[in-house]
Amino acid sequence: MSAAPTAPAKEPTTFAFSQDYLRRAEQIIAKYPPGRQASAVLPLLDLAQRQCGNWLPRAAMDYVAGILGMAPIRVYEVATFYSMFNLQPVGKWFLQICGTTPCWLRGSDDVIRTCESKLGIKMGETTADGKFTLKEVECLGACVNAPVVQVNDDFYEDLDAASMARLIDALAADQPPPKGSMTGRQNAAPVGGPQTLDGRAPGGDD
Amino acid sequence: MPKLTINGQAVEVPPGATVLQACESAGVEVPRFCYHERLSIAGNCRMCLVEQEKAPKPIASCAMPAADGMVIHTDSPMARKARKGVMEFLLINHPLDCPICDQGGECDLQDQAMAYGFDRGRYDENKRAVPDKDFGPLVKTSMNRCIHCTRCIRFITEVAGIEELGATFRGEHMEVTTYVEKALSSELSGNIIDLCPVGALTSKPYAFSARPWELRKVESVDVLDAVGAAIRVDVRGGEVLRVLPRLNEAVNEEWLADKSRFACDGLRRQRLDRPYVRRDGKLQPATWPEALAAVAARLDGVQADRIAALAGDLACVESMVALKDLFAAIGSGNIDCRQDGAALDPRTRASYVFNTTIAGIEQADACLLIGTNPRWEAPVLNARLRKRFLAGGFRVALIGQQTDLTYRYDYLGAGPQTLADLASGKLAFGDLLRLAKRPMLILGQGALARPDGAAILALAREVAEKFNMVREDWNGFNVLHTAAARVGGMDAGFVPGHGGRGTAEILQGAQNGTVEFVYLLGADEIDPDLLGKAFVVYQGHHGDEGAHRADVVLPGAAYTEKNATYVNTEGRPQQARLAVFPPGEAREDWKIIRALSEAMGKRLPYDNLAQLRRRMESVNPIFAAPGQVAPVSWGAFGTSGPVQAAPFATLVSNYYMTDPISRASETMAKCTATFIARTGDAKAGAAE
Repeated sequence: MSAAPTAPAKEPTTFAFSQDYLRRAEQIIAKYPPGRQASAVLPLLDLAQRQCGNWLPRAAMDYVAGILGMAPIRVYEVATFYSMFNLQPVGKWFLQICGTTPCWLRGSDDVIRTCESKLGIKMGETTADGKFTLKEVECLGACVNAPVVQVNDDFYEDLDAASMARLIDALAADQPPPKGSMTGRQNAAPVGGPQTLDGRAPGGDD
Repeated sequence: MPKLTINGQAVEVPPGATVLQACESAGVEVPRFCYHERLSIAGNCRMCLVEQEKAPKPIASCAMPAADGMVIHTDSPMARKARKGVMEFLLINHPLDCPICDQGGECDLQDQAMAYGFDRGRYDENKRAVPDKDFGPLVKTSMNRCIHCTRCIRFITEVAGIEELGATFRGEHMEVTTYVEKALSSELSGNIIDLCPVGALTSKPYAFSARPWELRKVESVDVLDAVGAAIRVDVRGGEVLRVLPRLNEAVNEEWLADKSRFACDGLRRQRLDRPYVRRDGKLQPATWPEALAAVAARLDGVQADRIAALAGDLACVESMVALKDLFAAIGSGNIDCRQDGAALDPRTRASYVFNTTIAGIEQADACLLIGTNPRWEAPVLNARLRKRFLAGGFRVALIGQQTDLTYRYDYLGAGPQTLADLASGKLAFGDLLRLAKRPMLILGQGALARPDGAAILALAREVAEKFNMVREDWNGFNVLHTAAARVGGMDAGFVPGHGGRGTAEILQGAQNGTVEFVYLLGADEIDPDLLGKAFVVYQGHHGDEGAHRADVVLPGAAYTEKNATYVNTEGRPQQARLAVFPPGEAREDWKIIRALSEAMGKRLPYDNLAQLRRRMESVNPIFAAPGQVAPVSWGAFGTSGPVQAAPFATLVSNYYMTDPISRASETMAKCTATFIARTGDAKAGAAE
């Protein structure tokens, strides 16, 4: 987490929702009673971040403050509090690598090493072509399928050095593989395939 | 009414009180950092932990409601151990820089670490480093020292009413910041320096000037606006180093406006420290006898009708009474304390004071502002209006210049016509006023200091009477002054005597030659061109407009340099006290006038302050009761007549420079450059 905001070189000076986003923002605001529009600040910041290419320039925060009738500082407080808002531009593929204990025990160090050596950048950096940004994050909540990497909105799970390398190659070619487990297991099912409700009688009961 | 036991002592507290308040009512002090009785409760410093019997763990007393039957121990081993733990955590990231910290000696953290601190740190990691912030020319930051009590954020948001300060990021990375690196645009921002329990926010102009134990502290009263806030003047040697607020629930609570707090460096610059007499067209240094003789010689043989005196915004009652007596001895009634020409009516005291009183604002339920911008004219009073607004059920309406007052108001219109419409019942706000139980109006100097001022005063009285603002138990008619001297001058009767000339006629006379001698008692807001060819004596403490035009300069004392009486806008006489002596050959103002009377052979009958004060009491008995607001009776005032169409304008075009002291202040010049010149709200005053 950055300690203090440093204005990026290409900080836009103005921001406004596109037609589509404005409509969605109005729908969100309508969910809250009059006078409580400020409750919509999180979803609106998320919309703004999506429109800006996965980061939140100050102009966007000011814009959200304006349409919700909040003081800008109140929006800055929210946007800086949550680590899911990026206050700096990120690459097209934003790789958030989980390094918390379960992923770490299952080999997240290998995944991190692969990313850093293959992309030639360190954690928190963006590649020169603006394609990739690496960030180490705390638990992403998919420990069953550790190690996990979140690429933009999607989780890629059960990674190791080789599959991470393949993933990066695919992303570099702008052809992201299907999200989910990279070993082919179904969701969070056991690694060796289904072990219950497979037609056999439940064990120890006959 | 919950009854609880605190350290074995039974206390009963009002419902809704917290455990901490209950402890205080029992006379037990509980350490705290984040809790402040005038701010909302945050409960985040954890220093106020106390032990509650049958509770599984220590409770934060500031946030815990007092309940019936609670048994609290504030000094048990458990409470002490809990606070020691909290203190150790607070000190983890707090730098050990007390020797170079400006807060040293008056630091809550330092004091409480003496009681609860551990003698060594057990934390071996690096302390966190936080970049300092730019809060503008008044508040210096050293954010490494911040313990995240959030008092400053709560003050700026709640009391000052500008949402510019917040806490960004979280946990260990939390920072108190404006985020966008902007100066805090509040006229009350200096108070966060007092509120900060550590040295994170300190005074920028006072930085590294002195240690608190080196200072002599003199309790006095502020005169840079008409609120008359209670202040403490901190002095070392012959210098005023800083001004801090003092508690006065009736006036300023414990806040102080930035100009009153920071303009004190103006007391050291551009001072008149010796008499001057104009010879060969140039002001030349002179001795007192020479200067007084020059004045007496010029006055000799001049018809009483052809001499006049004007008192300025910072003149004390003592000097005005003495000058009035001198003019009475000469036989001239050409005196006026209303240098801005405001149509204040001396006949009825209720017509020129803030009858509701500042504390009384909290009882009001509707307020009409006429031609005033209280945020600039009286920031502390505006904070009281905002406090009332936040309590709910308070509607405010404004006739005059639209501006951000830090609370919501209905804008009715710009000028006198709107006021006339309201008086004739044409506006919807009138219905609201009629329904209000305790309606009030505040009439600003912007509405009175204009040619049709008397008619507007009469119109305001009509509104007050029509909407039942003046009753036995309630007086909602208020005049908000901008000058500390004004009410005192009116009370002392420093107004034209029978057949005497007022400000406008004096200036007219000076131009057409019928007034050939003008005595300016600290009157600096007068265009020198309007004084024509008159012989001008300027008595005052700063080399401002008045002194430049003068033919004789008599150096007087500023408000920190004399024992003097001022009457605030409520009509509350208060005494400023001598903290330092006037510089050089400057003297207390009443003594100068007394010496002049001797030189003129019209000796005034008082030789010391006590005799003069007795004379003041005989002029007006209100001066006998300092600190009290005397009850006033309602009467006729104002002159009904046609009003002009011109909109009301506020007289204060630059909050930071309104008088000779603040115009001489370097700090106020920086504020002007930061807040006024930048926003283009108003023309910047001349910063010299």
